[in-house]
Amino acid sequence: MAQAVLLEMRGISKTFPGVRALDGVSLEVRAGEVHALVGENGAGKSTLMKILAGAQPADSGEILVDGAAVKIGGPRDAERCGIAMIYQEFNVVPALDVTANVVLGREPAAFAGWLDAGAARAAARSTLEQLGIDLPLGALVGRLAVAQQQMVEIAKALLRKARVLVMDEPTAALTDREIDRLFETIKTLRARGVGIVYISHRLEELPRIADRITVLRDGRVVGGGTLAELPQHAMIRLMVGREIDQYYPPLPTLDAHAPVVLSVRDLRSGSAVRGLSFEARAGEILGMAGLVGAGRTETVRAVAAADIPSGGEIFVEGKRLRARGPHDAIAAGIAFVTEDRKGQGLVLGMSVRENVTLPHLELFRRALGFVDRAREKTVTLDLVAELRIRTPSVEQRARNLSGGTQQKVVLAKWLTRRARLFLFDEPTRGIDVGAKAEIYELMVELAKQGAAVVMVSSELPEVLGMSHRVLVVRDGTIAGVLTREEATRERVMALATAARGAA
Amino acid sequence: MGAMTGGKAIEERAAVTPARAMWWRYAVVGGVLIVFLALVTTFTHGAFLDPGNLVNVLRQITYNAVLAAGQTFVIVTAGIDLSVGSLVSLCGVVMAMAANALPFHGIVLVGVVLLIGAAVGAIAGYINALPVVRLGLPPFITTLAMMLMARGLAYKLSHGRPIALNSDAFNTIGIGFTLRGLGHLLQMPGIPVAVLWMAVVLIVSGIVLARTRFGRYVYAIGGNPEAARLAGIPTRGVVTAVYVISGICAAIASLLLMARFQSGSPQTGYGFELTVIAAVVVGGTSLFGGSGTIAGTFIGALLIGVLNNVMNLANVESYTQDIALGAVILLALILDQLRKRIWQ
Repeated sequence: MAQAVLLEMRGISKTFPGVRALDGVSLEVRAGEVHALVGENGAGKSTLMKILAGAQPADSGEILVDGAAVKIGGPRDAERCGIAMIYQEFNVVPALDVTANVVLGREPAAFAGWLDAGAARAAARSTLEQLGIDLPLGALVGRLAVAQQQMVEIAKALLRKARVLVMDEPTAALTDREIDRLFETIKTLRARGVGIVYISHRLEELPRIADRITVLRDGRVVGGGTLAELPQHAMIRLMVGREIDQYYPPLPTLDAHAPVVLSVRDLRSGSAVRGLSFEARAGEILGMAGLVGAGRTETVRAVAAADIPSGGEIFVEGKRLRARGPHDAIAAGIAFVTEDRKGQGLVLGMSVRENVTLPHLELFRRALGFVDRAREKTVTLDLVAELRIRTPSVEQRARNLSGGTQQKVVLAKWLTRRARLFLFDEPTRGIDVGAKAEIYELMVELAKQGAAVVMVSSELPEVLGMSHRVLVVRDGTIAGVLTREEATRERVMALATAARGAA
Repeated sequence: MGAMTGGKAIEERAAVTPARAMWWRYAVVGGVLIVFLALVTTFTHGAFLDPGNLVNVLRQITYNAVLAAGQTFVIVTAGIDLSVGSLVSLCGVVMAMAANALPFHGIVLVGVVLLIGAAVGAIAGYINALPVVRLGLPPFITTLAMMLMARGLAYKLSHGRPIALNSDAFNTIGIGFTLRGLGHLLQMPGIPVAVLWMAVVLIVSGIVLARTRFGRYVYAIGGNPEAARLAGIPTRGVVTAVYVISGICAAIASLLLMARFQSGSPQTGYGFELTVIAAVVVGGTSLFGGSGTIAGTFIGALLIGVLNNVMNLANVESYTQDIALGAVILLALILDQLRKRIWQ
């Protein structure tokens, strides 16, 4: 298939103060292909795409569209060249309906600037039809599910006659069914001759959707080719620059008589958690599987007192926990690593040091409420070394770190004082392979030291590979508990999706 | 987990640290100030640099700087306190009435009156904060309501007239000088006592904000309230405290004003809140919260004070002064924004 080359980036380089983000990167996208761009966090994927979107200028190199050099100085230039971006955080306007969002900025105008509502609806409808998507045109976009909002974004791009579509981690927040539907849509786009740049950390989904792959590492292209030429293990080796033979570290053997660290009885919280009971022992990693919206996040939030439970009992090491807020849970030895590190985990304007010590400032107390900065620094430096956090300094602001590094800072924050119970909510979402492996190792280490670990994850392989037991949550209740031996992909999915009483 | 890598090596590499960014900010604001000073000294034929005049500038900014110190705490949490101008008048009226009614004398009277004023300011601050932390109302609204209520109360209590002080206990604060030795070096009678009060307020609040656990919590809440809450920070208590601090600062500023004019008047403090916010923002504190320093706020207050003083010396018409002041505030913020762009 030798289709026309739509877009070519040649020898793109970009340097930030102290970092060479891109070093002579070239990328080519043909009409009707899905070109996967993979690499660890900090490899340069985002920077490359920002340059393509006109959000940042390149230091050198050129961009060609249809073989002719173009200058992309801003988002408008990118749009004119037929390049559209779909970021992880969508650019939809929640308070407007589907029609208004799809035609946003391209509103068909009638006489004297009045909006032509009929024409707008017709344009939106025909765009959605071309994509084979069924969405209520009058629904407020803020009320739609994440997957539907994403479809609105894709329709928006299509209406703008986008010929190159960049998708950044499009499946990160989707369920399996929604992913299937997204892939159908991508295939429709491909058939229409759109070239797609597909950025993803989920390497296992690439064979289903991608035609070609380019691997970035440390700002350079380190490999690429068709999917057949690059099986997953080869991809990983290229990405991390070494062989990761053991993706999931061996779990420590579980002592069946180890003391129970967490005991939850008939927990209720909001409308999402409806009477849920389970236990976690010292040294155990308990995986929590289930569909999006099943109530897993709400469960760990209730245990951590991020939301105050409306009913039920929580015992930590046999003591009843009646937390009135996160402070009490932390005092009881609970560490809660949230899913959304930017929104809930980090104060982005603060330094690594200030973030790491934030929940434990009383440990760095001196007379009159002063903070002992020297000790803060020592403790943070130790954690930076222990977790191999890639930061130029402990005084670096969290904002300036890459995603994987930020996640490690969040972890460091909860390691300052070794907790008895660790709650991880989607600990590896949006994180590269290398950092993932390190986080798994850390969990095993915590379990070995006698902590109980509860891990909520939407990635089944991760749940299966990292849990002593798997708790399947459905509709705010426990649908089943599987031991490591019993837990298979099929059984977990059957429990997660089945009607009550089945499986 | 992994082997110890060299912590030192990590530390030594350069980085855009918050401290460094802050110094750039001072450098820009300070640079503007110096160029400006050079210009005005020429314009006023040296009158500006007269030591007596410099002391005058410091004395004139005391009220603004003290209020701005309290306001900095509030704005760093991404809040705003519009009630400070009215609180100055309410505290002044209450304190003047108390001073005239109480049987104490001298420094004891000053102390008791200040405590009473501080209590009024603190209660008002608490009322400001309560709907904010309990119901999530925007502070713009709650403090706007307090601005009206406090002003009204001040007029009611004083029947609309200034209350003259009967005691001379406040004379020292109002017109007195201290540190005469230092004063002689500068060919002045000394440093005004009120300026010393301002220095104490600024230094204490600067240390609290920069070096204490409470200060750290203030920044964390302004930077990311949810992350702060999940870190176990008592966010409601901290937010309440910053409005209480702002109220107490209003009481202190009010005492300085009362001592200066020997009366507590319901008519003082009109529009103070705007000058105060201007000083804080010109000093580099973001209205979105999470960043800012007391040192910056002092520079902001100083800039505005110097500007006013110079225009007075140069006999600039008061309408023109307003235009110039507004323009300089805008210019300072534009420069600060450009600095951020270039730096990043």
